[in-house]
Amino acid sequence: MEKRFDSAALFLPIMGISLVLMIWTGLSLKVAPDLPSPLRTWYESQNYILNPFFKDGEMNQGILRFAFLSLIRVAKGFLLAIAIGTPLGFLLGLSVNFHRAFDPVIQVLRPISPLAWLPLGLVIFKQSEPAALFTIALCAMWPTVINTAMGVRSIGTEYLNVGRVLKLSPLKKLTKIMIPATLPFMFTGYRLSLGMAWLVIVDAEMLTGSPGLGGFLWQEYNSLVYSHILLSVLAIGLIGFALDRLMSVVERRFKTA
Amino acid sequence: MAYLEIRGVGKSYRRGASGTSAQSGRLAVLCDIDLAIDENEFVCIVGRSGSGKTTLISLIAGLLEPDRGEILLDGKIIEGPGPDRGVVFQNYSLLPWMNVFENVYLAVDAVAPDLAEAEKRERAEHYINLVNLSAAMKKMPRELSGGMRQRVAVARGLAMDPKVLLMDEPFSALDALTRGTLQEELARIWMETQKTVVMITNDIDEAILLADSIYTLTSGPGATLGPAVRVETPHPRSRAQLIDEPGYQGVRRETVNVLMSGRTRGATDSTVEKNYFIERRKH
Repeated sequence: MEKRFDSAALFLPIMGISLVLMIWTGLSLKVAPDLPSPLRTWYESQNYILNPFFKDGEMNQGILRFAFLSLIRVAKGFLLAIAIGTPLGFLLGLSVNFHRAFDPVIQVLRPISPLAWLPLGLVIFKQSEPAALFTIALCAMWPTVINTAMGVRSIGTEYLNVGRVLKLSPLKKLTKIMIPATLPFMFTGYRLSLGMAWLVIVDAEMLTGSPGLGGFLWQEYNSLVYSHILLSVLAIGLIGFALDRLMSVVERRFKTA
Repeated sequence: MAYLEIRGVGKSYRRGASGTSAQSGRLAVLCDIDLAIDENEFVCIVGRSGSGKTTLISLIAGLLEPDRGEILLDGKIIEGPGPDRGVVFQNYSLLPWMNVFENVYLAVDAVAPDLAEAEKRERAEHYINLVNLSAAMKKMPRELSGGMRQRVAVARGLAMDPKVLLMDEPFSALDALTRGTLQEELARIWMETQKTVVMITNDIDEAILLADSIYTLTSGPGATLGPAVRVETPHPRSRAQLIDEPGYQGVRRETVNVLMSGRTRGATDSTVEKNYFIERRKH
């Protein structure tokens, strides 16, 4: 079979995007007059996009500069999340008793919204930056914890039997068998955790008023520049999408067998 | 005294939740297993699927503990798994995140951690050469065919330099031609290394080709070992040559009879041991 150019693969997404833009325009014209239309959004935001690195004060910077600040914050929170979440997941997967003791706690902590954690973070740390990291890490670590635990629990007995027959030391068993066998699960957890951290960043920056995409969004809402809300929303979506693609490439690299 | 000795070993598993009978709640898999294997002997245990063959090899390996009886290797009761009993698993059990060399090296490093690095590497390479895989040293298991993977598993088992090599249906997942090649290579390797080997199989011809003694496991539950059938044809044997042997059909018939006769419990201690002297035909 000859390989043909699949025009539908190009045409259909364009159609989908156009449809959404039309609904957006319709909404701004008929339903919500305060909602800027796509065209107005572009006119009022183009400076942020065309000069993505300008800086004119803390809360007035190019969109990529804001994105960079948010990404740094997310990276810190995410690293904290996996640094705590991975060993925690390992312990949960390894020990039935540990699982029995802490699973109820985790199940209760897991559904708590970042908006609930942040004030607590502020109470504990008295400063907005550590409070933001605390919130990101606490909300983002659960997928890592749960996937790692599941990965450890599903290590094939055949691999463990190899370790038993060879009488591997606990350290060797961990580094040669358990960690490599769990890696694919861990990276699925990392990908989901990163997505979560990116979701939380907006909340964290909104409430702490830190410079970044979320902080900018909230400030522009307060200054009634609604087109910049849309600009931030789109930037958050696109960057989140890019992060997820990036992580799934990494994740696929660790799929063994 | 025998090198590897199994004395009155029994093993049962807890019956599943679906079991309606409230008698004992346990399902006997193996009963009264007695077996004595000499050093350098090649023993095959033949049994139908579900007869508890894998349970038996796991007991010898120490991966399972017997409910009754004991297993002695070289005069010592075995407790748990250990590198003196190398295992070649049915599903190869290679670590998919390590290449061929690393898989074998892991075994060398585990049993002889004090050797110099170069010596350990040399030993791993030696066993990979022995199974004719030196060209695939850096390949990952997923890049290998089933036959090649099983060769790696054999190399890993041998690299532990165990007192006994335990093989659990090592060739059952392979196609007939590959199986034939590997059987003949195993025979060659066995003659070179002079290991004591216990191999589980469901292929009678494979057993006749390789083994000094063939034991049959009666159908489970509550399987036990039937009488030994000895194959006296000198090694190395070849498949083609065996078919022409006058005694071959006799050994085959006898083994099949024991297999099919169902329960022959108690037959082990009576002296029904059959000896078959297959004279080697002159070519």
